[in-house]
Amino acid sequence: MLPPIFGVLFDGVAYGMLLFVLSVGLSVTLGLMNFVNLAHCAFAMLGGYVTVVLMRDFNWPFFATLPAAFFASAVVSIIVERTLYRRLYRATDLDQVLLTIGLAFISVAVAAWFFTTQQQPITMPGYLRGSIDFFGLNIGLYRLFLVVVGIAVTILLIVTVEHTRFGAQVRAAVDNQRMARGLGINVDRTFAITFALGSGLAGLGGALAIEIVGLDPQFALHYLVYVLIIVSVGGLGSILGSFAAACLIGISDIAGKYYVPELGAFLIYLVMVAVLMWRPAGLFGKR
Amino acid sequence: MSVADTNASSGFALSTRGLSRSFGQLVVARDINLNLPVGARYALIGPNGAGKTTLINLMTGMLPPNHGQILLGGEDITALTPQARVKRGLARTFQINSLFAHLNPLEAVTLAVCERRGISPKFWQNIAVNKEAIEEAYDILTRLKLGDVAYQTTRELPYGRQRLLEIALALATKPKVLLLDEPAAGVPQEESGDIFEVVASLSNDLTLLFIEHDMHVVFRFATHIIVLVGGAVFTEGSPAEIAADPGVREVYLGKRHHG
Amino acid sequence: MAPPPANPQAYLQSLSRWRPLEIAFWLATLLPFWLFPNYLGLANQIAVAALFALSLDLILGYAGIVSLGHAAFFGVGAYTAGLFSKFVWGEVFTGLIAAALMAALFGYVSSFIVARFRHLTLIMITLGLGLLLHSAANSAHFITGGSDGFQGISMWKVAGLFRFDLYGQTAYAYSLGVLFIVFLCARRLINSPFGLSLRGIRENWVRMPAIGADSRAHIRKVYTISAAMAGIAGALIAQTTQTVSLDALSFERSADVVVMLVLGGAGRLYGGIVGASIFLIARDQFSGIAPQYWYFWIGVLLVMVVMLLPNGILGGLSALLAKWRRK
Repeated sequence: MLPPIFGVLFDGVAYGMLLFVLSVGLSVTLGLMNFVNLAHCAFAMLGGYVTVVLMRDFNWPFFATLPAAFFASAVVSIIVERTLYRRLYRATDLDQVLLTIGLAFISVAVAAWFFTTQQQPITMPGYLRGSIDFFGLNIGLYRLFLVVVGIAVTILLIVTVEHTRFGAQVRAAVDNQRMARGLGINVDRTFAITFALGSGLAGLGGALAIEIVGLDPQFALHYLVYVLIIVSVGGLGSILGSFAAACLIGISDIAGKYYVPELGAFLIYLVMVAVLMWRPAGLFGKR
Repeated sequence: MSVADTNASSGFALSTRGLSRSFGQLVVARDINLNLPVGARYALIGPNGAGKTTLINLMTGMLPPNHGQILLGGEDITALTPQARVKRGLARTFQINSLFAHLNPLEAVTLAVCERRGISPKFWQNIAVNKEAIEEAYDILTRLKLGDVAYQTTRELPYGRQRLLEIALALATKPKVLLLDEPAAGVPQEESGDIFEVVASLSNDLTLLFIEHDMHVVFRFATHIIVLVGGAVFTEGSPAEIAADPGVREVYLGKRHHG
Repeated sequence: MAPPPANPQAYLQSLSRWRPLEIAFWLATLLPFWLFPNYLGLANQIAVAALFALSLDLILGYAGIVSLGHAAFFGVGAYTAGLFSKFVWGEVFTGLIAAALMAALFGYVSSFIVARFRHLTLIMITLGLGLLLHSAANSAHFITGGSDGFQGISMWKVAGLFRFDLYGQTAYAYSLGVLFIVFLCARRLINSPFGLSLRGIRENWVRMPAIGADSRAHIRKVYTISAAMAGIAGALIAQTTQTVSLDALSFERSADVVVMLVLGGAGRLYGGIVGASIFLIARDQFSGIAPQYWYFWIGVLLVMVVMLLPNGILGGLSALLAKWRRK
């Protein structure tokens, strides 16, 4: 028999994987362009609603909706990037914060208009429901699935970034944008593609999150705080940093709620402030 | 203008000892030993990427060295913050204008004067009561021929005037040693002489080190030349010695890559 | 406009001179007593929000520090004033001072953290500290009353003469008076040598050390002053409404004050006052609509301000005025 702490750890890691998929795109785009995109979770929310609509109104199977959630968020993000964001790459932090939080507010209202402020439940396929017994530990199948997805996304991202031509361009641009431009890399295009992929991943995260945390219009703001914490704790532009930070925050949050529920979210804010005091650039940050 | 005083007794105005810095494999400063006598006019030359700006960044504390020391008037300042070095009399200008875009020259230079005089923490008094500080700032502007644009927003000034404001800001800190990073960078050649005339007219007890690419200007204004190649001092000497040095010529013609 | 005086000292003096428009503005703040006697409660809210926005303007508009957690100091001031009236006495001015000191203390301690960072990390640190304090206050039920709100505030008559009445006459007069006094202090500050250094930090953070300035010391100082002012604003709301709820510390309050300031125009003293007036009057007029749709319009407004009016309403007006003068 394993003690309950392993259960808490497992749930924390599963939650962390979800947060990782939600936040890794923002980390890379922030590292690349230093663009503070507070509307990131609006793209995640969009993915969530795509899954809800496809499953509920069109009877798509859950797995088939996941790529759709990814593409919908990626496509919408490209449109927003081309029309609004690219004018503000050289603007001040404040302007970027204002524009993107404004978009997040709009997304909340639009979601409430179409879907009301109610939670949107979906029914998971049978093989993802229930749990298995692992040495006396109750392991939720869906959480196990999240861990698998999280690890798969991490491996896929690292392989892409480390072993493809596109990945090399991204790395060069994150390291030194001026030098990358000098080498003839089209940094703007690299960024647009990365931005779309990152937002697509957020959309996937939004779809995966429904079963765990539910989906309502406040998602765009509520999870923004988690995502920003992970990005700054992990260090901008670092995939492994986001992975580590997501696990740390996921475990802290679940453990805090399990062992000291009266503290609420206090613990993760404390973790964030402590990490940033210790390492201002985050765990894996370079600057 | 002030009269040169006799502080030659302290030896050199600025010295570096074994100053080194690298980024991973890339060495940007290699064992640099320099001695600038008080009142000297040194030129720092070398091909692009030789580490000239890096050297100024190391001296002023904007980049910490891996090894070595920096001495200002005999005092070891290696561990001091950039602003503490400025307070002790080591000022610099920037190759790319680093000005206060929405302040006018009078406000910008008054700001620097107030910082030096230690009145900038005063949040309870109107700035206009500090007559001496304001007049000092205005005096610097007039000396640098900026008096007529003192009330114009910096952003709207012609580029050449902005270059002069760069120097004015540094002078407002009352430096003993002034490091000028390409003071005439980007200025049309016929105007760059004007900027160096201003530089040459600075008081004689001010020690100068300037980076410049135009050899006519270097030979006209420098009393001593340091040639930097690949992060190391290639050679140094009087303008006549440097002009006669075949190695320097080769470096500039690009035949040799490293010294 | 008269040509600038040749004497630089007289020129700098002229920059801080009171303009007729300013005097007219402050006289206009008295109009609600006669024109809108039924809206003095709202006028009081506006005066408090204006003071809060003014405190943010010092750090955001003048020193360029983007804070998403400024409500922390508003909340500290509000709870301090509440506790003070409950456990010491109900005199208002000493309560204000106590609140200002407590908020200044919080500001001073956190300024050592804040001054170390720039950019996103700074935004995250201010956000994190704000959220930290909010959840701490939520947990500290025995002091703050948690989500039930803080009860038991009773205030004495202001200066022993004026009772806080149902119509908000005393409340508005009191808050407006405090706003005006703090405004005078802030106006003095931005026209001081220190104020010039703050503008230097905003304009060029990198150059400041090269002219011998210790930017971090300046930031610690202005952050503390700004916190004290925000604390006074919080104390005013606690004293005039005689309740404190957790939303005094909430992220929404931090975000709203940024919106107000940016809407009015940051870095020009009156921006926060104008922004707070428009924001709160609009919210009052649209109070029938659900909050999520209210935020839709806030979002649209933010996008428009960033894209079309980068210096806020006052910045847009002064640009228009300059264009008109040139003709």
